[in-house]
Amino acid sequence: MNKIRLATIWLDGCSGCHMSFLDMDERLIELAPYFEVVYSPYVDTKEFPQNVDLTIVEGALSSDHDLEMIKKIRANSKLILALGDCAITGNISAMKNLYGSEAVLQRGYFELADMNEENRYPSTVVPKLLDRVIPLHEAVKVDYFLPGCPTPADAIYEMIHALINGTTIDISKYTRFGK
Amino acid sequence: MIKQKVRVKSFKINDITVTGRSDQTLLEVAKEHNIFIPTLCYLEGLSCVGSCRLCLVEIKGAHELVPACTSKIKEDMEVITTSEKIDSHRKMILSMIFSERSHTCSVCEANGDCELQNKSVELQLDHSLVPYIDSRFAIDASHKNFVHDPNRCILCSRCVRVCSEIEGANAINIAGRGINSQIIHDMDDPWIDSQSCTSCGKCVYVCPTGALYEKEISKEDVITKREIIHNLLKSRAENE
Repeated sequence: MNKIRLATIWLDGCSGCHMSFLDMDERLIELAPYFEVVYSPYVDTKEFPQNVDLTIVEGALSSDHDLEMIKKIRANSKLILALGDCAITGNISAMKNLYGSEAVLQRGYFELADMNEENRYPSTVVPKLLDRVIPLHEAVKVDYFLPGCPTPADAIYEMIHALINGTTIDISKYTRFGK
Repeated sequence: MIKQKVRVKSFKINDITVTGRSDQTLLEVAKEHNIFIPTLCYLEGLSCVGSCRLCLVEIKGAHELVPACTSKIKEDMEVITTSEKIDSHRKMILSMIFSERSHTCSVCEANGDCELQNKSVELQLDHSLVPYIDSRFAIDASHKNFVHDPNRCILCSRCVRVCSEIEGANAINIAGRGINSQIIHDMDDPWIDSQSCTSCGKCVYVCPTGALYEKEISKEDVITKREIIHNLLKSRAENE
């Protein structure tokens, strides 16, 4: 049996959905034989690989780096699963849209800063913020959506189980926005 | 006022023959026959305004879908309550409601107890079909007991109707146009300064989302208070 090449990543999220993934507990052992984890915060790969079967993406798109990554993920993955409310609605990450990225930088690097000797925002090394935070599907085609904040472990398990077996599930039995 | 004669009319919903009184709406007749039509702005005991459009149904021969809550029945009409076209329209409408304001469930007072959230489950909407607008409105927390957060308002007008039709205070209205509309108290005064508001809280307990909520109250008390108001509405409707 060919193992499913799995990648997971978190973009602008809190890692809560990845925690939820680990909360599948002993069911991870049941799922492990089906997968080869080729890229993830759980493993130590630096570059996003080619020929990925399924990429699970947590978090919204907030920076030019997020945008670049999601395009690369789309190009290199057969399927994308948007995991959690941030990836699907923007959620907490997108709350700053109500004020704009400029206001957030102003607050973080000037108003609340104890020291900012150069008196400017960082412009190198750290990625540049987009004007507005967007959910994944506003930038690329997304194949599956699994909402929740964080998505419950049961929902992740049932979804992955269905994907392995090629069956369909009603995700609303396991999760919803904000769950 | 001359009372119109009420007649019995028969027609078809989803190919099932049903009967109703000529003064009934499509939604009422469907409910009596246990035919389910999704609703959101509708609340038993209040007038129907058709503001959310989720109860859209198809009438054979008509060009456009019509809201079941405001459509009167007609003899021999043929109504369809569910089809691919209707379902996709409902999903689009729900997406527009979600994207119009900032419905961030995870930080909302009503999370887990929200009719809008429940609709996403019911209609199996797992993501918005349209981009989010990200508009921002000022929150009015001036009232000693209640908060109005227009960022979570879906403009269903239940609060406006309950205040006018049940409490009789007419303290709430809708100001502005289109997606910039918002509910106001009196002449757009802070809630605490409203002369006509009786602080009865009926508006809060008919709000389907977290746009109107009570300060410092347990979830159990919210459920009890909501039941009291909903029962009051139902008994009024039955006595009419």
